[in-house]
Amino acid sequence: MRWIWIDRFLEFQSGKSAKAIKNLSLAEDFFADHFPGYPVFPGCFLLEGLAQTGGILVGEANDFREKVVLAKIPKAHFHREALAGQQLIYDVELLHLRPEGASVQGRATVSEPGAAAPGPLVAEAEIFFAHLDQARSRQVFGEHNFVFSGELKHLLGLARSAGKPKDG
Amino acid sequence: MPTQEEIYTKVSTTLVEALNVDEDEIKPTSTLQGDLGAESIDFLDIVFRLEREFGIKIPRGELFPESIFQGDPEFVQNGKVTDKGLAELRSKMPFADLDEFEKNPELSHISDLFTVDLITRYIQGKLNGTAN
Repeated sequence: MRWIWIDRFLEFQSGKSAKAIKNLSLAEDFFADHFPGYPVFPGCFLLEGLAQTGGILVGEANDFREKVVLAKIPKAHFHREALAGQQLIYDVELLHLRPEGASVQGRATVSEPGAAAPGPLVAEAEIFFAHLDQARSRQVFGEHNFVFSGELKHLLGLARSAGKPKDG
Repeated sequence: MPTQEEIYTKVSTTLVEALNVDEDEIKPTSTLQGDLGAESIDFLDIVFRLEREFGIKIPRGELFPESIFQGDPEFVQNGKVTDKGLAELRSKMPFADLDEFEKNPELSHISDLFTVDLITRYIQGKLNGTAN
């Protein structure tokens, strides 16, 4: 299973906030079991999507030099279900950023495809990230930043290219 | 200037949120790790919340030093904090109550210094402009 729980960034304000979209497709494997005949997006994946949106926001603020890892979710509230065929919008705001780590506040709303107005609130969560201790993590993991190595960082590139004016 | 009691009440609320404990579990002498179950990332959470709650800046390592002695044999010998180590503690953490610790200054007991009272005293000092 690919571990990317956002499809694209819609907005990105460095060091401030990020907005990403996640389309819920019935073709995704987990919907077969969660639940047969009633495809509800699992809450844990929703949190992962919020954490990926927030984690990239936190990582980008330091030019991806830090190894940003999800450390703690002190609070999460789920208000309603999100179903296959709907779109989730993740809105994440950076609350604190320090050398040791960061915290963000995330909200997920759900809408029907093509709907003009923002949809109802699905979930909200406060998420903590730790910067793996520079000195220690180098000993254990080496120089390579395994957190922002591939797909997560490409997502942001996709957001940047989507934001550029089109040629011709 | 808030009274000590007001500070304590706010500190308790902060700990309820950060550590997901019940308010009646929190006493002035409760240790953060032993009694309230705090883990390493919780200390960062507590620092963020205290900064927001009291409108102060808490520099890295000031309230919760990450490594006070750094394996220095002058500060720690045979698992016990030396007199020089105690002096170092006093100067780095003037808000810590070392009376009990000094009787049996085992390094492994150092986490017991970090109590609800310690945070309250630290905040009080910070608001008075006297801490560090």
